[in-house]
Amino acid sequence: MRREIPMAITFIVGFVFLFAYFIPHPPFNEFENTFNDSFSIIAAFAIWLGALNLIKISLVKIFKKKSDVLHSSFIVISFLVIVFFGFYDGIRGLYADPVFSFRDQGTGFNWLYEYVYSSLSATMFALLAFFVASASYRAFRARNLEATILLIAGILVMLGRVPIGDLMTGWLPDAFQISNWANWIMNIPNTAGQRAIMIGIALGLVSTSLRIILGLERAYLGGD
Amino acid sequence: MNIKEVIAVILIIAFFLCAYFLFPKPVEFSQTVSIILTILLALTLLVIGVMTFMGRYIERRVVFLFVGIALTLPFFMQFDLPVPISPEVQAAYDELEKLPEGSKVLAAFDYDPPSAPELQPMAVAFMKYAFQRGLKIIIMGLWPQGPQQADQAIQTAFEVIPELEDKIKYGRDYVNLGFQSGNEFVILRMGESFKAMFPTDIYNTPYDSIPILKNVKNYSNIDYCFNFSAGKPGTVEWVQGAVDRFNLKMSAGNTAVQAPMAYPYLQAGQLDGLMGGMAGGAEFEKLTEHYDKATVFIKSQSFAHAVVIVFIIIGNVAFFRGRRRKK
Repeated sequence: MRREIPMAITFIVGFVFLFAYFIPHPPFNEFENTFNDSFSIIAAFAIWLGALNLIKISLVKIFKKKSDVLHSSFIVISFLVIVFFGFYDGIRGLYADPVFSFRDQGTGFNWLYEYVYSSLSATMFALLAFFVASASYRAFRARNLEATILLIAGILVMLGRVPIGDLMTGWLPDAFQISNWANWIMNIPNTAGQRAIMIGIALGLVSTSLRIILGLERAYLGGD
Repeated sequence: MNIKEVIAVILIIAFFLCAYFLFPKPVEFSQTVSIILTILLALTLLVIGVMTFMGRYIERRVVFLFVGIALTLPFFMQFDLPVPISPEVQAAYDELEKLPEGSKVLAAFDYDPPSAPELQPMAVAFMKYAFQRGLKIIIMGLWPQGPQQADQAIQTAFEVIPELEDKIKYGRDYVNLGFQSGNEFVILRMGESFKAMFPTDIYNTPYDSIPILKNVKNYSNIDYCFNFSAGKPGTVEWVQGAVDRFNLKMSAGNTAVQAPMAYPYLQAGQLDGLMGGMAGGAEFEKLTEHYDKATVFIKSQSFAHAVVIVFIIIGNVAFFRGRRRKK
């Protein structure tokens, strides 16, 4: 029964979604709504599960004095601080007049979000610029024909998508302007490639989904 | 971390602290100084290129240094770059322009702070434009941090155009429904009922008591949708779930990395318009005549792109030189 019940749930839910797409009338649309609501609830629990799992792993690392004790301590402290301010400001806001949200300007949560979390996240993301530059310098080489085409297309798009490309070639006729070449690359070869990938993914997805719904693919249940 | 790195970090912090206290007001170089600095930067890169050709290769820290200079220098320089309008941004703007005053626009904020430097200027420009046009904005997010990014965008819009703060009222002109978990299933469920997914707004106000949401049951009561997206769930899910199935009209603002994935939808007419990355934001700022951060940041991005391209060329010089020596 440990395999049969999940397979039965998958079969029913899969077919309800399939029918509801083509027959958006009762009872299929009502079933679909119920399953959509259920998914949102499960997803909300999954967020909690993920957060609690992270804390559990971090606490185990701290107490067992494994590697990354410092990082794990930061995770636990940051988690507790943001959760504290979230609840504190949230409850305070509910009983205030006028009512405010824990996300509003002036709350401790918002301060942490704006001046700590946002800044740190943006900094981490900004580091990409340096690593991309370094990686491009070391790896973006015209080794063969394909790599050379990629290199030329990359340079044209990099120049054509920013104003400096127009500064360089803006005085030339339209056909010679880098931004027009970049637009052509994005609209024709890029779109063709993206479409090919999307169609491939869609076909794979349809066949895999059908195999899962019909119970032919059981790897998701674990075991063989 | 070795002692050299600690000293380097201390020196960098000391440099920025000194700069902060010595120059309390924003520093702006004159046009002449800006040109001289640009020429110096170009000459230094030329020297590096010649050195590489002579067989003296640079290490990657030099690349980091030049990218850092290219990104920061334009903030202090006085120059304007032409910002031509791409057809996809023009299309998004034209569709927004067609909306009559009082139209209800669903603004889905599906990004978080790591992508905010790229998408936030676009979101601020959108908010300023929408409020000035008298559009009614219904905010929601499939990413937990999205609705807070929307709040920040509105706050910035109010700071830049103070008269908006008196004119625009929460609940009447805009509402923030917050985050709902469930990714594309939320999009599908909203096709039947917004209230089922968002029974209250972020202030716990019941859905039915919010004036802007009166007569808003599902997508059929929404005039337009604008999605700010940095990944999944995002524009692709909105197109597949809401545009295809419920005929929602939509444009999107994506990060530059994600934008190429949206092009097939743009050509198929499923997306009306697309703003890609900082360039898209700068173009929208130009169209709406609200020049702000994207217009400034795009200069940095332009410089950085140019420097990276020069380093790619230098890298290839080193590659071909090495290959010839091997032969």
